Amino acid sequence: MTSLLIAALVLIVLGLAYQQGAARSRALAGAGRLHSRPRYHGALVALWAAVPLLFVLALWGLVSGALEDWYIQPVVQANVASGDSLATALQRVQGLASGFGVSGQPAPWEIDAAQTLRAFQRQLQFSAIALGAILAIGGLLIARRRVSARLRARNHVEAAVRAALILCSVIAIFTTLGIVLSLLFETLRFFSFVSPAEFFFGTVWQPGYASTGSEATGGYGMVPLLVGTLMIASIAMLVAIPVGLMTAIWLTQYASRRVRTLLKPMIEILAGIPTIVYGFFALVTVGPFLSDLGDVIGLNITATSALTAGLVMGIMIIPFVSSLSDDIIRQVPSAMRDGSLGLGATKSETIRMVIFPAALPGIVGAILLAVSRAIGETMIVVLAAGNAPILRFNPFEATSSFTVTIVAALTGDSDFASPQSLVAFALGLTLFVLTLMLNIGALAVVRRYREQYE
Amino acid sequence: MDRQFRSPAAPAGPRIRPAQHDTVENPARITARDVDVFYGDKQAIFDVSMDIPEKSVTAFIGPSGCGKSTFLRCFNRMNDTIDICRVLGTITMDGEDIHDPALDVVELRARVGMVFQKPNPFPKSIYDNIAYGPRIHGLVNSRAETDELVISSLKKAGLYKEVADRLDAPGTGLSGGQQQRLCIARAIATGPEVILMDEPCSALDPIATAIVEDLIHELKEQYTIIIVTHSMQQAARVSQKTAFFHLGRLIEYDTTETIFVNPREAQTEAYITGRIG
Repeated sequence: MTSLLIAALVLIVLGLAYQQGAARSRALAGAGRLHSRPRYHGALVALWAAVPLLFVLALWGLVSGALEDWYIQPVVQANVASGDSLATALQRVQGLASGFGVSGQPAPWEIDAAQTLRAFQRQLQFSAIALGAILAIGGLLIARRRVSARLRARNHVEAAVRAALILCSVIAIFTTLGIVLSLLFETLRFFSFVSPAEFFFGTVWQPGYASTGSEATGGYGMVPLLVGTLMIASIAMLVAIPVGLMTAIWLTQYASRRVRTLLKPMIEILAGIPTIVYGFFALVTVGPFLSDLGDVIGLNITATSALTAGLVMGIMIIPFVSSLSDDIIRQVPSAMRDGSLGLGATKSETIRMVIFPAALPGIVGAILLAVSRAIGETMIVVLAAGNAPILRFNPFEATSSFTVTIVAALTGDSDFASPQSLVAFALGLTLFVLTLMLNIGALAVVRRYREQYE
Repeated sequence: MDRQFRSPAAPAGPRIRPAQHDTVENPARITARDVDVFYGDKQAIFDVSMDIPEKSVTAFIGPSGCGKSTFLRCFNRMNDTIDICRVLGTITMDGEDIHDPALDVVELRARVGMVFQKPNPFPKSIYDNIAYGPRIHGLVNSRAETDELVISSLKKAGLYKEVADRLDAPGTGLSGGQQQRLCIARAIATGPEVILMDEPCSALDPIATAIVEDLIHELKEQYTIIIVTHSMQQAARVSQKTAFFHLGRLIEYDTTETIFVNPREAQTEAYITGRIG
């Protein structure tokens, strides 16, 4: 309720300030030519009013929790029984104060403390809103006085818009940076248990799951996982590249317009199926089918194997490859196609000798993007690859991958600071670097392709 | 090329003088009878009939959207590549119906080369651009034969001297005029009898245009050429016969001299003197 009130307050201040600024500048318009249109003056006054208000509200949101803790802590400390956790008691009091209630019967002192806290919260909230309102009105008045025919309100508003845009993009950049840094630091912590050489080049993956202690026991070599990941991704690409490419060629060059408008969305539905659905499709249908097929032709295929995971992942990636290739093939100027057909080349000759070579760099870029997708895919592999991190090169047997191992490392109940968990960060970082390099490669190829016809 | 250029909106001025050509008309090579072309429900060409004499240049002129390019594309059945396009009527080449199911469109297009409005060399080397057609039609069997055909085609297109030392360079790296001559060389290389040119100079500067026009002049000794052009001056300079199209209909078709000096139809006169267009 209060947040709704605050939002209403902000909106009212904004509207009032805008109206004031616009009206004031309109009144001035008779005297001489305005530098900026009235709506820019209005927006500028609104900014002057809203920015201090929002700043105060943001500050309140940030520090109110700490202030409340600081206020109520002595009371709680005085009453809490020795041996009980102070943090738990604090939480109980806060729960009571906010009206969520607590488990069990609250002690009388807890109810008192909660009431005190509640009063303090109200006070804090009121003063924040009052301070915000005073600043907003002050800002409004100052800005309103500054309105003059020569005031460059438009330029100021544009600068504010630019600042807001920069702020938003900075958030994305810092989030990425934060993720990479946290990966990096946790990885360094992991490397204090296991040497990088053992991690990157070791061929045995058998982390000892000691329930206590933080000693690294067993093998932490990621090579079996790398082999598993690459094997599954290769099988996926063997399925996705030919099928996806041929689909794209057929759709762009042969299919009539009606068929294309019907089929393209249907193929793209494949991309919309959640990967977990593909996962159990692989587990329940494809795996047993492949296993039976193996029996018939005399091959020993496990139901959960690199082959199962790779095949299903390949199907998942088909729309990815076909959509991207479709766009790229369509970008080849039709003048090329006409030139070739005009020389008496058949359709397939034209595709093979003119259109495909012209689109090839772009298609390579699309394929690299698809590969990085395949390497990072988790759900299908978790369900269908069998999670057997053993170094072997047989696609008919169970295997494991980076992503599966990360899931296993973080969902166990081992201590978060133990090497068994920390290894997830090292694996994540390796995966990140791998896909990043593929993406950079893909982008470089795509960029070179773009320059070709310009 | 623009020495005689006038803005189309200008009032009637002095007439364009066609170049003097021998007036003896060569026998008809291609005949079109009652040709209608539809794009979906929209009719683009209405009942056009004409005979095109061999080893000469025939120009199609007319305002934008009059159907001259569409009609040109009937002669090598390029309209087949457009899904919604339908061509009715009869077009014969040397007495053969080009829509006869027994006649292969691939063979037809080898005999009827085409040069497009915008130079469209393939993103391959100059050499491979020329060798493309001969290779797919199996006209050459060895590297030596290919070399010979590439060089002779480039020579015929008047491009050889300029590119002799860089046949391996990409065709897209040439200047616009050179690219267009490369496309002409590419069309010549498959040994066509007829060459269709769809506004071949519209993307070129005046100097490159003059070079291509001289080339057309030479090529007509060997090939039957049909050229679509926006420039009446160009039609007057290069062609022996001129057809004037308006709104999908053939208004007048006669010797270039007649069309430009003494047109029969008022509409033709209005167009060539710049009153419509």
